[in-house]
Amino acid sequence: MTQFSHTQTAHCESGVISNLFGHHGLQISEPMAFGIGAGIFFGHLPFVKVNGVPGTTYRIWPGAIFSRACKRLGVTMESRKFSSVDSAMKTLDELVGDGVPVGLQSSVYYLPYFPESYRFHFNAHNLVVYGKDGDDYLVSDPIMDTVTRIDTENLVRARFAKGFPAPKGKMYYPVSVPKEVDFRGPVKAGIDQACHYMLKIPVPMFGVKGIRFLAKRMKDYPAKAGDRKAALYLGNVIRMQEEIGTGGAGFRFMYAAFLQEAGSLLDKPGLIDAGRELTQVGDAWRNFAAHAGRVCKARSADNVSYGELGKMLLQIADMEEKVFRRLSTVKL
Amino acid sequence: MKKDEVPQDGDNLHHGTFKQLFYAVDQQGDYTTATSIGWEPENVALSQAWDEVEQRVADTKSKVEAGALSPVAYYMERTLLDLPLLALKAGKFQWQVKRHMKPQVFKGLSDKMIDRYAEIFGIPAQALRSGELLPFKRPA
Repeated sequence: MTQFSHTQTAHCESGVISNLFGHHGLQISEPMAFGIGAGIFFGHLPFVKVNGVPGTTYRIWPGAIFSRACKRLGVTMESRKFSSVDSAMKTLDELVGDGVPVGLQSSVYYLPYFPESYRFHFNAHNLVVYGKDGDDYLVSDPIMDTVTRIDTENLVRARFAKGFPAPKGKMYYPVSVPKEVDFRGPVKAGIDQACHYMLKIPVPMFGVKGIRFLAKRMKDYPAKAGDRKAALYLGNVIRMQEEIGTGGAGFRFMYAAFLQEAGSLLDKPGLIDAGRELTQVGDAWRNFAAHAGRVCKARSADNVSYGELGKMLLQIADMEEKVFRRLSTVKL
Repeated sequence: MKKDEVPQDGDNLHHGTFKQLFYAVDQQGDYTTATSIGWEPENVALSQAWDEVEQRVADTKSKVEAGALSPVAYYMERTLLDLPLLALKAGKFQWQVKRHMKPQVFKGLSDKMIDRYAEIFGIPAQALRSGELLPFKRPA
């Protein structure tokens, strides 16, 4: 049986990177993977609706952290999708039989071990399968505290769930991993990209502009959408901010942890200082969520509370803009 | 967030059995990790999302029982799907699935189509065909 060292992480994508690379001898913490992959982001997309509720995200789209981290760290991944269930499962069996832990894209709706209250149709969850025992696959799911198992039938359903995005049996595993990496280049590239995405995308929905965009819309929620929908819209903003692994601050703490680790590693106090400031922004996000949660719970929309939430978001946007402007001037 | 401020509000839908990992700072201001069994604002938002699902399932159930919609509409809500996602899973256009939600059209559906829906909904084909409305169980 393959030994796989499972470490619980906060988020699935950065967690799988950390665990898989570690298995191949490249020790990298989750925050470092998240930062080098430039995972931090903000986007508010009122026209991309799920069950009629506008979408909000606090991180970059699924898969991006992975591909950027691989490119910047010089890791070569073999990544495959399948049209046939049989060949997808056969290939997985062969790989784990050879002792290769494999990353899989899956839908959380079909993962029986997953906390039931989170099991919606979210198709971009990452987990590692590292062995097989009878009809069960041995699973290292980065958000769980220990390793677990899944039966073949449910794993097939999770790997072949249709939807957006459709996993299509996607599997990936490193084929070449450098043993030693100079982190300076990858850290610099990751920070440059994050600053660009947060400050310079010329579209109002993204980056710090996106936070202001949401702020403006939020104050009008009760008037435009009605009490019930306003509360649902707000609830979704909180849920995305609390998405497993964010620590309640929309990934801001994880990115701050990255800045601190990278700052110590490369001896750049500027990064550590920016990390401390970002921690304060994360605290402001948590404060926002605490207020928003109370508005949600009260269920009676009054314009004052939504207006005030909007104002809090504007302040957060200003704070966040300052941090990323400062970060973009740190010489690496 | 300081490590000793990491929330432990376990009064939630997973009853504090699921522990998330948080990044938080220690006394010196350095990052470390801590687990959390839940946080009140998230608990509120998550149970609100399930309340909404429950409400939609109940509304659709009454419409099916009143003969206004077919069981496909009920099971779509019960399986947490919406029309675009169900159509995608069924390999049909949205207007076709919408038609299948009319009781008259539903009666004439082929066994193959019923099987396909039953598979998507995770229920026995016979239950769907006979119009039995299996109960919805939300995490509580």
